[in-house]
Amino acid sequence: MHRRAFTGSLLSLLAAAPALAQSGSAPTIPEEALIQPVALAEILKAGNPPPLLQVGFSVMYSEAHIPGSIYAGPTGTEAGIEKLKTAVKAFDKSKPVVIYCGCCPWVRCPNVAGAYKTLTALGFAQIKVLYIADNFGADWADKGYPVAHG
Amino acid sequence: MAKRFAVLLLILFALPAAASPARAASAPAPVMAGSPAPDFIRPGLDGKPVALKSFSGKVVLVDFWASWCPPCIIEIPQLIGLQKKHAGKLQIIGVSMDDDAAAAKDVAGRFAFNYPLLMGDAKFGHRYGGILGLPSAFLIGRDGKIVKILRGELKPGELDRAIQSALGS
Repeated sequence: MHRRAFTGSLLSLLAAAPALAQSGSAPTIPEEALIQPVALAEILKAGNPPPLLQVGFSVMYSEAHIPGSIYAGPTGTEAGIEKLKTAVKAFDKSKPVVIYCGCCPWVRCPNVAGAYKTLTALGFAQIKVLYIADNFGADWADKGYPVAHG
Repeated sequence: MAKRFAVLLLILFALPAAASPARAASAPAPVMAGSPAPDFIRPGLDGKPVALKSFSGKVVLVDFWASWCPPCIIEIPQLIGLQKKHAGKLQIIGVSMDDDAAAAKDVAGRFAFNYPLLMGDAKFGHRYGGILGLPSAFLIGRDGKIVKILRGELKPGELDRAIQSALGS
């Protein structure tokens, strides 16, 4: 799929995604930067997804993560922020990048806001944050979306 | 020619496997109410071994938690209270899913824990069907079978009721 076509399909899926009932916390992340699990799952299904970064805890990543996602966390810590910066060094800042955690309910996630701020400060123009309302198990794995282990 | 073809096949199949061993890990087997509780023996944070089998005959609560999980921390005083209330009949075991023991030990020092704590990891989580969100707790009956799985933040009295029920059965 051409990049332009991919961006178009990404935007249309985002528009079709159900509106967020309550943006809750992680209050510094604007609503337009969020992507719903169903929309990301469709993008994965279509193939050629943008880079995916799990910015949470490594034990949780080892247990289960989105296939193809890179571990770069936990971004609630300085060390995790540095790991994220290193992970995205070679990324094209004009292209979409998706970050997610899922350790805790959205309102209590200690990682995604820091990751979003860092990528914004680095100049990334199309940051999408996977909105995980409760946790990765309930909102991704239990829905039957693809999962990798290890 | 045949030899070259064999080498090519070897490269095609062996290289991806070597490059991504993590992807080869399999999905955990489901664990549900009625299943025998997966056995374990692990060193506790205090260095003493913690063996599930050593508590046979008691109701056991295996509580998965982490220092970064606010509801897990909120629940700790409640768990300490329940361990005290049902002493001799109930055994709580706290399994930290922190990335490193230092964070768990820091929490251990902030509460007067009256039950053992140990470090978990992805393999441990897999044995319990995958711990993909915290808090998660497994209530195990006197017969060693899982009675109830509690995921997410507990409602007031929910855990005590489940324990009372397991103690009565």
